[in-house]
Amino acid sequence: MPTVAFTENIQRHVPCPPTEVPGGTVREVLDAVFAGNPQARGYVLDEQGELRKHMAIFLDGRMIRDRAGLSDPVRPDSKLYVMQALSGG
Amino acid sequence: MSTRLYAATRKGLFQVERGKSRWTVKKTHFLGDNATMMLSDPRDGTVYVALGHGHFGVKLHRLRQGARKWEEITTPALPPRPEGTAPRVDPMGRTIPDSVQLIWALEPADPARPGSLWCGTIPGGLFRSDDGGMTWELNRALWDHPKRLEWVGGGADYPGIHSVSVDPRDPRRVLVGVSTGGVWATTDGGASWNISSHGMRADYFPPEQTNDPHVQDVHRLVQCPAQPAEWWVQHHNGIFRSTDDAASWRELRVAPSSFGFAVVVHPRDGGTAWFVPGTSDQRRIPVDGHVIVNRTRDGGKTFEALTKGLPQRHAYDITYRHGLDIDATGDRLAFGTTTGSLWVTEDQGDAWQTISEHLPPVYCVRFAGQA
Repeated sequence: MPTVAFTENIQRHVPCPPTEVPGGTVREVLDAVFAGNPQARGYVLDEQGELRKHMAIFLDGRMIRDRAGLSDPVRPDSKLYVMQALSGG
Repeated sequence: MSTRLYAATRKGLFQVERGKSRWTVKKTHFLGDNATMMLSDPRDGTVYVALGHGHFGVKLHRLRQGARKWEEITTPALPPRPEGTAPRVDPMGRTIPDSVQLIWALEPADPARPGSLWCGTIPGGLFRSDDGGMTWELNRALWDHPKRLEWVGGGADYPGIHSVSVDPRDPRRVLVGVSTGGVWATTDGGASWNISSHGMRADYFPPEQTNDPHVQDVHRLVQCPAQPAEWWVQHHNGIFRSTDDAASWRELRVAPSSFGFAVVVHPRDGGTAWFVPGTSDQRRIPVDGHVIVNRTRDGGKTFEALTKGLPQRHAYDITYRHGLDIDATGDRLAFGTTTGSLWVTEDQGDAWQTISEHLPPVYCVRFAGQA
């Protein structure tokens, strides 16, 4: 199953331990994570379900391409990192 | 008489309390986080704070009276964008995000119903909660009003609702101030809305639109609780006053400047109000480096500049629209500034006491709610 890890900075607000969840796209993987941790959803996605402007998701070492639809395909052994985009210095 | 106040700042919420005579910071909350708005609710003692996390979005927390821990509550959310449509572009050509960017107003909605709240946001949404912020409902009548689509950014890149005044005679009568979009009024609890900024003047528009009530950049709107027909507005272009329930507005010319963001009105005397002026919209600094508070006691016929205890040399403090507050007695006022100063007075501004000159930039100052 794909693994998902979160930036250390989010942990102060809402605990987001590393996890393994099923899913064939970034959207499916995140939906699976947030099903077990609903509070975290609003920290990563806005109310339109799009990646927040100053957040970044790396999928197997590359920034995802579809920040709105989260349709990038995920393999069973993929590694996802949910990070803060560098901003404000 | 208030003995506690709060300052919501760029780096946390500061709780300030009065000792024997001095006011000092006694507690900090959310230190390091961007606290953009707060409410100390007089009905049940709950304290609400809005945080604007740069990365993680806007969040709301509350501390119930007697509780030791803050709890995260629900953030108002804009409705889903219709499928296949792009985010809206405003008349200035700016794309308006369809997610809440800032909580810009938070007020009790009905004195008789603790937990009922109004919340104004950027972009310009007005939300209502009846359960202390656990759930929110967007006011569709205002959101769907065709004129709402003509609102543009003023105080921020995107338009927003910064003032919500609930009429003490009837909580179904509510006025909201929009930057930029004038004053809007409902008399039926939000089921229908009408523009209520006739008489204001917008010099940043061409002459044929200057007096259009829909384009008025209201910076702050306040109502006198004991004389509720009396209103004040600090506007981008000056100071306006209404004595007829906001049916019409009259402009006042004030020395040394009519520009500013904040205004408060005395709770029992609608003719007494305070302002913190800046030089002009183009030069947002205090006039000649003097921090002053302008007070009128005669409905705006005359103003006096209050300076005792305030810096009068090379001071560049600017007070934002929520940075000035008055307590329920009308004697105590406090204001905070962009450069982290916080002052309090116990005699209606005759003399000011410095609480700090080293806080983070102050966005919102409020006395603790008094029932």
